[in-house]
Amino acid sequence: MSEIRRPERRLWRPFVDLVLCWIGLLALLGLTVTLSYQPLASFNFPVAMTIATIKAGLVAAIFMELRHRSGIIRAFAAAGFFWLAILLWLGLMDFLTRV
Amino acid sequence: MSDSQDIAEHLATSAQRDEVLELGMWTFLSTEVLLFGGLILSYFVYRHADPQAFLAAGRETRIVIGTVNTALLLTSSFCVAAALQAAEQGARRATRTLLGIAILLGLGFLGLKGVEYLGEYREHLVPGVNFARTGQDAHGIELFFIFYFIATLLHGVHVVAGIGVLAVFAAMATATTARSRYIAGLRTAALYWHFVDLVWIFLFALIYLPGRSS
Amino acid sequence: MTGKNYLTDDYRLGSWFTTTDHKRIAILYFATLIFFFFIGGVAATLIRIELATPGPDVVSADTYNRLFTMHGIIMVWFFLIPSIPNTLGNFIVPLMIGARDLAFPRLNLASWYLFVLGGSVTLFAIFMGGIDTGWTLYTPFSTLYSNSYVSVAVTGIFIAGFSSILTGLNFIVTIHKLRAPGLTWYRLPLFIWSLYATSVILVLATPVLAITLVLLTAERLFGVGIFDPRIGGDPLLFQHLFWFYSHPAVYIMILPGMGVVNELIACYARKKIFGYKFVAWASLAIAAAGFLVWGHHMFVSGQSLTASLVFSFMSFIVAVPSAIKVFNWTATLHKGKIRFDAPMLYALAFIGLFTIGGLTGLFLACLAFDVYATDTYFVVAHFHYIMVGGMVTAYFGGLHYWWPKITGRMYPEYWARAAAILIFFGFNLTFFPQFVLGAEGMPRRYHVYAPEFQIWNVLSSGGASVLAIAYLLPMFYLAYSLFFGARAPANPWGATGLEWQTSSPPPRLNFDRQPVVDGDPYDYAHAPEPQHV
Repeated sequence: MSEIRRPERRLWRPFVDLVLCWIGLLALLGLTVTLSYQPLASFNFPVAMTIATIKAGLVAAIFMELRHRSGIIRAFAAAGFFWLAILLWLGLMDFLTRV
Repeated sequence: MSDSQDIAEHLATSAQRDEVLELGMWTFLSTEVLLFGGLILSYFVYRHADPQAFLAAGRETRIVIGTVNTALLLTSSFCVAAALQAAEQGARRATRTLLGIAILLGLGFLGLKGVEYLGEYREHLVPGVNFARTGQDAHGIELFFIFYFIATLLHGVHVVAGIGVLAVFAAMATATTARSRYIAGLRTAALYWHFVDLVWIFLFALIYLPGRSS
Repeated sequence: MTGKNYLTDDYRLGSWFTTTDHKRIAILYFATLIFFFFIGGVAATLIRIELATPGPDVVSADTYNRLFTMHGIIMVWFFLIPSIPNTLGNFIVPLMIGARDLAFPRLNLASWYLFVLGGSVTLFAIFMGGIDTGWTLYTPFSTLYSNSYVSVAVTGIFIAGFSSILTGLNFIVTIHKLRAPGLTWYRLPLFIWSLYATSVILVLATPVLAITLVLLTAERLFGVGIFDPRIGGDPLLFQHLFWFYSHPAVYIMILPGMGVVNELIACYARKKIFGYKFVAWASLAIAAAGFLVWGHHMFVSGQSLTASLVFSFMSFIVAVPSAIKVFNWTATLHKGKIRFDAPMLYALAFIGLFTIGGLTGLFLACLAFDVYATDTYFVVAHFHYIMVGGMVTAYFGGLHYWWPKITGRMYPEYWARAAAILIFFGFNLTFFPQFVLGAEGMPRRYHVYAPEFQIWNVLSSGGASVLAIAYLLPMFYLAYSLFFGARAPANPWGATGLEWQTSSPPPRLNFDRQPVVDGDPYDYAHAPEPQHV
């Protein structure tokens, strides 16, 4: 641990799950752009949001290492989105039910 | 412990320090979710009020730049995640290189964003500066672009801050002697960078994808 | 006196402005908040002087608008929200949980600097000419019509908001990660539970205010109207975003007070808090449910009837955990060995005033009554009973209770009791007549009123002058005690809680050795007797 400038013998490689996650994210990006051009009428928007949520889930689980984390950290990660859901639910309720 | 000098006087162990840092960052990120949340609510309210105009406005955005930028940020996020793994395994140069690539990708994102803003300026799509659209969708398009500029500028500020933080860690990657503290710090910084990526994933779906099929 | 304490650790003035010691930062907040309380109080005084007579005698309508706006902004954002959390909380939380400091000491100092910066910017706006929108900053008035210093004031509030967020973050992480060995969640003093709940609100609500203020400022500065009806924007969206923050913020302004009262009731009734777990979870229930009720501020705004009905129903639900707390405090008093020391007088006043404030809140949660009472003095009286009768009373109670710990000196008990009684009397004389005025239909935010309202307004203004004197009294005798008070022992009240196990004032790192906890909180059956100094 003491030699600070020790040269690295071989090229360091990332774990395969990181690489797979990265490729998966780019594939989902391609998929969502392709699907957005298909005439799915009112389904375009839900499809786009679903894919975005899957992408965000991948980033959170693998890049942000949430899959290795305990309940408390997961709860903290979920809290922001839970409260966002409250904001959207009760905020939109007014606008959706106006007559 | 080799790194007992790296622990602040109010903390007991390096494990406690790492947990405190990580929990602090997650708490901060929950704040950030709600910061963008106010904008997201505004978007949905106005999209509900004038859906046709929002589709028309979505078509005005530059999907090529948007898609490339998304790929840049996703890749940059991957590099930061890999840099953290490299640091944990003691591969200092790989850490520095990966963080360097991540920073360059982030700068590339900002550069393309600038090109995009310039194009929108030329097409008179900047509300408050030179917005000029007529027709029945004009007001809805203006509302869309107010959201667009405020949300992307706010996100851009986060990208700039993230690049700054990553630059500090890139500079320290090979020099630091406080390894465990460096790794804990880098993990926290990485969380922030991934979050900036995560916000963009949703902004991309809200801004660039509407109206493409019609 | 053995060794140095946090006050004598370093005598240089500069050491105060670079300190990362949570106790010293708490003192910095104390000093700052006294200043803002004074400014907000001056505005309140001028308001009550103007309202002593029906006509426009002292100030013009325009000046009056600026006065009540300044009173609201200063008192809400620069006094009430930081009051207990940033002063007593900052000082006591690490001591109570047996930690050496908050989790992020430098962030703690940074949040004080942000607070001072935000406060300075807001004061600058006020001295430039002020702001006339009311503290709620409603659009489109604040964006299209107001010619006052809205953008500057809003910038100040925005900056102070980040101070709140960072404080909340610091408390959350500290309470999770820095508890002493053996100090499980159900062994925590209830003050900690209530500050945890407060921090949740600070962290999750304040950012929505921040982005709302950004949108407001963008609309003012660049003329891009996200709330502008001329391009299809909706001013009510502003109200939704604003109250998503500002209603939970009301609970920021009461939960810490409830936390203080728990400590006081247990100590001066010499009993365990009745139903500890219910009180603990009631704090979190209030914090969570507080996010679901914001639309009750908008019953007459034009929001949909469905939304009004849902928000009205939710508002009644919040009353349940609040009532649990009140009932459990009174149950704690039952068969207690009650001592009427000054902090206990404040605690008892809190229970009564909070109950009145809370029950009148239920009137207002009721759609039919609210339509009648909106924007009348009934609303003004209601929230002053919560914020002043509740929070400020608890703040004074906590300040007296922990004064020996903070300063190492005992305050004069006789004067403290006199001030507590005078505050209670002055407060009720000021604000109870406003319930009557509101019920009779006097609208708020006008500098003139119909002559038949005068008798109640005179009573209210008279009460306000009593209240002003009563609030000034502690400043004198507490300042006196700093120099001439008797030295405080470690635990003058015979209280439980780790903060009483270290010396008064505590050493810089709080404890000479790490305390360990092996029992339940509020174990007054085995607590030492109070020492009469």
